[in-house]
Amino acid sequence: MSDLRGDPIFEAYLTETAQLVGQLEELILACEHAGAFTEEAIHEIFRIMHTVKGSSSMMQYHNIAALAHALEDLFSYLRDHPARPANWSELSDLMLEGVDFAKVELHKLRSGEPADGDASVVIGKVDRLLDAIKRGRIEGEDAADGPVPSDGLYRYVATLRFTEDCQMANIRAYQAVFQLRDRLADFRHIPESLLDDPEADAVIRRQGFQLFMATDRSRDEIVEALSGTSYLKDLQVREIAPGEYARANPPAREAAGPETMDNGPPDGAPNREIRNAPGAHQTTIQVNVDKLDELMDLVGELVIAEAMVTQNPDIAGLQLGQFQKAARHLQKITKEIQDKVMEIRMVPLATTFQRMNRIVRDMSKKLGKSVALRLVGEDTEVDKNIIEHITDPLMHLVRNAVDHGLETADERAAAGKPETGVITLEALNNGGEVLILVRDDGRGLDRRGILDKAKARELLHRPEADMTDKEIFQLIFLPGFSTKEEITEYSGRGVGMDVVQQNIAQVGGTITVDSRPGEGTVFMIKIPLTLAIIDGMNIRVGDALYTIPTTAIRESFKAKVRDIITDPDGNEMIMVRGECHPILRIHKLFRVPGGRTDIRDGVLIMAEQDERSLCLFVDELLGQQQVVVKALPAYIRRLNRVRGVSGCTLLGDGSISLILDIQGLLNMNHGGENGHVGDRTERYVAG
Amino acid sequence: MSETARNDTLLDEEDSQKDKYLTFIVDGESYGIEIRYVTEIIGLQKITSVPDMPDFVRGIINLRGKIIPVMDMRVRFNKPFREYMERTCIIVVDIRDLSIGLIVDSVAEVVNIPAAAVAAPPDLTKRGNRFIMGIGQAAGEVKLLLDCEKLLTDEETEQLLNN
Repeated sequence: MSDLRGDPIFEAYLTETAQLVGQLEELILACEHAGAFTEEAIHEIFRIMHTVKGSSSMMQYHNIAALAHALEDLFSYLRDHPARPANWSELSDLMLEGVDFAKVELHKLRSGEPADGDASVVIGKVDRLLDAIKRGRIEGEDAADGPVPSDGLYRYVATLRFTEDCQMANIRAYQAVFQLRDRLADFRHIPESLLDDPEADAVIRRQGFQLFMATDRSRDEIVEALSGTSYLKDLQVREIAPGEYARANPPAREAAGPETMDNGPPDGAPNREIRNAPGAHQTTIQVNVDKLDELMDLVGELVIAEAMVTQNPDIAGLQLGQFQKAARHLQKITKEIQDKVMEIRMVPLATTFQRMNRIVRDMSKKLGKSVALRLVGEDTEVDKNIIEHITDPLMHLVRNAVDHGLETADERAAAGKPETGVITLEALNNGGEVLILVRDDGRGLDRRGILDKAKARELLHRPEADMTDKEIFQLIFLPGFSTKEEITEYSGRGVGMDVVQQNIAQVGGTITVDSRPGEGTVFMIKIPLTLAIIDGMNIRVGDALYTIPTTAIRESFKAKVRDIITDPDGNEMIMVRGECHPILRIHKLFRVPGGRTDIRDGVLIMAEQDERSLCLFVDELLGQQQVVVKALPAYIRRLNRVRGVSGCTLLGDGSISLILDIQGLLNMNHGGENGHVGDRTERYVAG
Repeated sequence: MSETARNDTLLDEEDSQKDKYLTFIVDGESYGIEIRYVTEIIGLQKITSVPDMPDFVRGIINLRGKIIPVMDMRVRFNKPFREYMERTCIIVVDIRDLSIGLIVDSVAEVVNIPAAAVAAPPDLTKRGNRFIMGIGQAAGEVKLLLDCEKLLTDEETEQLLNN
């Protein structure tokens, strides 16, 4: 099979079908949650299956089409015979099975493989279920069929005539079709080609515009929708028999009457023609993410280039009024472009969150736990790239919460808690970052167990008594903490919390955990809104340049020697307004030659994250600017996990500055691995 | 251009690169590297050092907006580090989609060494020989031919990875 990737029709099919399948999954889960498939839901599912069937068979993915067809039949029956099957959950299981099948096939297609899955097993099940429902119904009650035709669709023919002064009647007709087409299962019109055929306008003026449609909507609704068409003079809608409708369709077009004589060339896929034609009402377009990434890169280059011009050494110190003015204007526009590009890349977390519904559902069924998932703030938006990076960690956390966090129903009952455990996924905006909370009301983390395990694995570097509960819980993120002994089907497939943390750290995020015994556990993920461009403070140490994210800086100041405290291990600390902060000398930590060593010569920058702080000792501040974050080269990242550096950036003069990772520095400081700085800060603070 | 024609050009290109080696000097020794890996040769640039790196990784450089790591071949071959001089060059190679700069004492020339003129290295286990895939002879001189892939994925690196 030839590789279709990049072909617009193929891409459109993939995107659209994936969206529909996603919608379907959500719908099923919502129905299951509500305990019943409402009439609207059944209609909606039917419509989705119909579209999927149509587009899949057009693309010749017959297995997907066949499955969609079977499900369509099933829902068509359910819709026409509103008897409620006894077992909804069997139905949703089956539907989800179908969803999974479609997902796998779509994934294959996307990675350039043929869609070769065998749908016959699922289709067989669907047919059996349909049979069972039919039998149950016939036994149970009278099987009186309504006037609805066997496939559940009404057929209408609408004739539209436009006023004499109407220009471009073909465009008006196209608009009418465009408005209606979502509600139509199938349609066809005369003249057949509205936009490409130069005769279309004349034909419509002469004999009116005829629209044949098959739909599940009522006649009134169709009339109402069509009567909104501009320049409409006369509208007639009448219901026709399926046979007449079929005659109006291409195979037997001649039979439809003399009007068809003026038709353009037969078009096998009128649907697609309409969709691809430039729509008058088209307000959104789909863009390949790669293009957005390229655009983002270009904007990054633009920001650097702008800095190269405005901070050019050739003009440093010159008084250039006009130039400054023009430069400020340029800066403003650059910033606006950047903001817009960022905005385009922002997507709501909703899709990611809703995927968790499925996980919770499957797991709770399997584990026999009753679990409710609550989603809060799922419309919060973050950068597309970030979403990709946090989906896996989130899934892991949710799995863990269901598997380990929540107790079994019996345990919950014994503890006097409601039988249904609640997992809450919450997202909220917090300045330049987004917080995502994964909360469960389960048994809470086992403080003692964590300590014992950390000790056994030699991960404990500090006396227990010194550690707060929060610090102890944080131990679970250390590499090597999770082990294979606790593998169950869902959590702990050899992937530990350290991987979760690493994934989140990759996008510049952090994760913390808090827990109360018997009340539950909450994981808090902080991620930046966007990765690509940050406000940074450039600093110099010796010959080396570093950039600190401005959001992490609280203040900078010159230190007085009398405020400096040195503990017996040689760790330095400074008292600022009655609080004690550890000092981290960058020149010592990164072994930079030529850095200032006297604390009075340099500058201290107080950096803060997650209520922890430290003072970085640097030679001087160079100034604040927007920097484009670039990842360190893959080789460097592979070689070793560079601690304390999250990436790098290019400055205006082309030199490279390393971006300091405040969180990483705090952790280094905290673990006491480094020996340069104190690990007993808290005690001093407390004293 | 038709598919076959394009393939032919590719083959031609590969053919023209076959058996060709770029030779360079490190600590008086002449080394050769397969030309197909080489992207360009640049003069010494300002190197930004990265903390927590093994000695032979000197840091990163800005190659026209692309940031690539640089590796000192002297240190890589366990020779003493020498301050960089005017003749010091960076050979930018592309190995399995990873760009990396190799700092060498100087670059010599491109030579043709047919496979027949390449002998297996004498003792594979000896330290420092790990990166040599063969010994080639060209114009009466002996060149140590580098195994580029090993430069990046040698056991030392693996060890670092596992830590």
